[in-house]
Amino acid sequence: MNERHTISILLENAAGALSRVSGLFSARAYNIESLAVAPTEDPTVSRLTVVTSGSPQIIEQITKQLNKLVDVIKLVDLNEGPHISRELMLVKVRAASPDHRAEVKRLADIFKAEVVDITDISFTLELTGSPQRLDDFVEAVGVRHVMEMARSGVLGLLKGSKALKA
Amino acid sequence: MTERLRGAEIFVRALADEGVEFLFGYPGGSVLHIYDEIFKQDKFKHILVRHEQGATHAADGYARSTGKPGVVLVTSGPGATNCVTGIATAYMDSIPMVVFTGQVSTALIGNDAFQEVDCIGITRPCVKHNFLVERVEDLAATIKKAFFVATTGRPGPVVVDIPKDVTANVAEYSYPATVEMRSYKPNLKGHPGQIKRAAQLLATAKKPMIYTGGGVVLDNAAAELTQFARLLGFPVTNTLMGLGAYPGTDPQFIGMLGMHGTYEANMAMHHCDVLCAIGARFDDRVTGDLAKFCPEAKIIHIDIDPASIAKNVPVDVPIVGSVGHVLRDLIEVLQTSGVAAVKRESDAWWQQINEWRALDCLRFDKTSDKIKPQGVIQQLYKATDGDAYITSDVGQHQMWAAQFYPFDKPRRWINSGGLGTMGFGMPAAMGVQLAFPDATVACVTGEASFVMCVQELSTCLQYGLPIKIVSLNNRYMGMVRQWQEFFYDRRYSHSYMESLPDFVKLAEAFGHVGMRIEKPGDVEGAFKEAFAMKNRLVLMDFITDQTENVYPMIAAGKGQHEMHLAPEQAAAPAERELA
Repeated sequence: MNERHTISILLENAAGALSRVSGLFSARAYNIESLAVAPTEDPTVSRLTVVTSGSPQIIEQITKQLNKLVDVIKLVDLNEGPHISRELMLVKVRAASPDHRAEVKRLADIFKAEVVDITDISFTLELTGSPQRLDDFVEAVGVRHVMEMARSGVLGLLKGSKALKA
Repeated sequence: MTERLRGAEIFVRALADEGVEFLFGYPGGSVLHIYDEIFKQDKFKHILVRHEQGATHAADGYARSTGKPGVVLVTSGPGATNCVTGIATAYMDSIPMVVFTGQVSTALIGNDAFQEVDCIGITRPCVKHNFLVERVEDLAATIKKAFFVATTGRPGPVVVDIPKDVTANVAEYSYPATVEMRSYKPNLKGHPGQIKRAAQLLATAKKPMIYTGGGVVLDNAAAELTQFARLLGFPVTNTLMGLGAYPGTDPQFIGMLGMHGTYEANMAMHHCDVLCAIGARFDDRVTGDLAKFCPEAKIIHIDIDPASIAKNVPVDVPIVGSVGHVLRDLIEVLQTSGVAAVKRESDAWWQQINEWRALDCLRFDKTSDKIKPQGVIQQLYKATDGDAYITSDVGQHQMWAAQFYPFDKPRRWINSGGLGTMGFGMPAAMGVQLAFPDATVACVTGEASFVMCVQELSTCLQYGLPIKIVSLNNRYMGMVRQWQEFFYDRRYSHSYMESLPDFVKLAEAFGHVGMRIEKPGDVEGAFKEAFAMKNRLVLMDFITDQTENVYPMIAAGKGQHEMHLAPEQAAAPAERELA
């Protein structure tokens, strides 16, 4: 049975470190559903969040193999406990007629999406939430009206006061 | 105390401070500053190979036989790419090695400059770690880290890519005494609770089995393994990589296991109730069909690499730690908890094993008028008193060497197990012979493998390496032919070697001694003659029976108990449609 897991990794912020992680996934035929990476409060450390799926045995291998990478400082499989995950989406929606523009605005209000750019025929909206919430919004505005979109990939942290520190 | 040095000087000073004895290399444009400094120093010896692949295998052979890291220096571009096979070979067998590759100057990187390749990118999947040195200030510390990473934890090759300008720039030099890496802290001690659980499980075993791999050799834990096995009186089997970790002539040793392992080892694995796996990784060549693997066994697995545990086979008692540390702790726990009782209880099990053993699965026709390859290995064993360093290439000859040359000591059997690299044997033997100039070093090879790195005969002459090359020449890629015979209806597609060289003349052309042996009666004499030439490399070309196959054999996808044994009598050559 395949499970989806979100793995959060503290990585040396060094040249080539990211390619070691992505190379591991391709070399061992593991799955990457999304991957997000940026430096942390300590500029020598990057935090990488990867969403992957596989059998429990494969997920265990993924965490072990990641831990083996010399540039990986620490990691946590967020699915092992309560956690928060969020994703950011920018989406450009075509809306030219007054009725349609009102409809898109209403949907944006319901989903608490922010209008970040506007033209005569389109809105660009910013929305943060669970991946499911972003999917729901796209479905609500209608895929056929989406001109283009960009998603950040999932970010996640453990719930509670425990923290993953280098 | 620090002093200001150029990068190239820092490089040679760091290697000397690291205690490097031999640097296997080949010069080229981007490493010329370094070669100029090598010229001026006498702290370590540079061994000039004839092809960069040879440098990596020689460094690898040095590392496998001594336990110290092998060190390589090559130029950028083709120098680096020629090393990839040797790096991957070391990676698959967890061999400590540091490979320095030249790189074009930092300003040129990414410009498709002359002899530029993305060495870090190319080697990334087959190294334990790699480094690009971007500033001369980082050079010494990076070299220190490279040796540290290569030799600790589960060892492996590390590549250090050094741009040419870094070797020209100046920085203060001091070689760090220690390394601290927050992201790399190998765990050596096993968990005491798990060790206790393992001891309890071992004490309940009726049909126990000890299965050990290269990890015991790498951790220099052969003495601990021997003490552990003798304490318990349990049967021991070694993987191809683990041979010699337990004495091969000891009665408790029941042979190698796996695809070409002994009948008794594989049957004992299949029927055991407690399996103690030590420094082994349940490779597919060992387990056969995983669904049929050790169906009755509770499994204890001791390994330094957590990722090796439960990778292929679920494990009941995982113990992460160095083999030596864990075995010492385990022995202590066993000694304080009455192990003699365990020994007695396994008597019925030993009877069963001895019945399997009585089948004599390694028998072969000793009356043939053709030279039998197995017989050559047995004669080699006799001629060297079983005390030589044996390197091998890959194929049938490798399996026969593993089966018919019982190793009593670790680090004596040097072969490419994981990657299966043809061409490995002779250059690896160079590294062994350099490390042990007075030892007997023989390379068991085949005519197909041997020519893959044949150019290194020239290196052997330059450094006076008196390697004895035992070539089992059957005019076929023997293992390929064997599979084609068994699984491809005897369609011997491109496994026949036409237009082979005259190997005697070949040896002579390189300044060595060549011998061609065609009759079984001449084998013993040939060895005597060859080994009497203490200071010469001798290439022995044994013209062997083309039809011989390696038995026993577990076909791919079969269980360990489903072995093919040798036919009572080998079929006549004509029936085998051989050339």
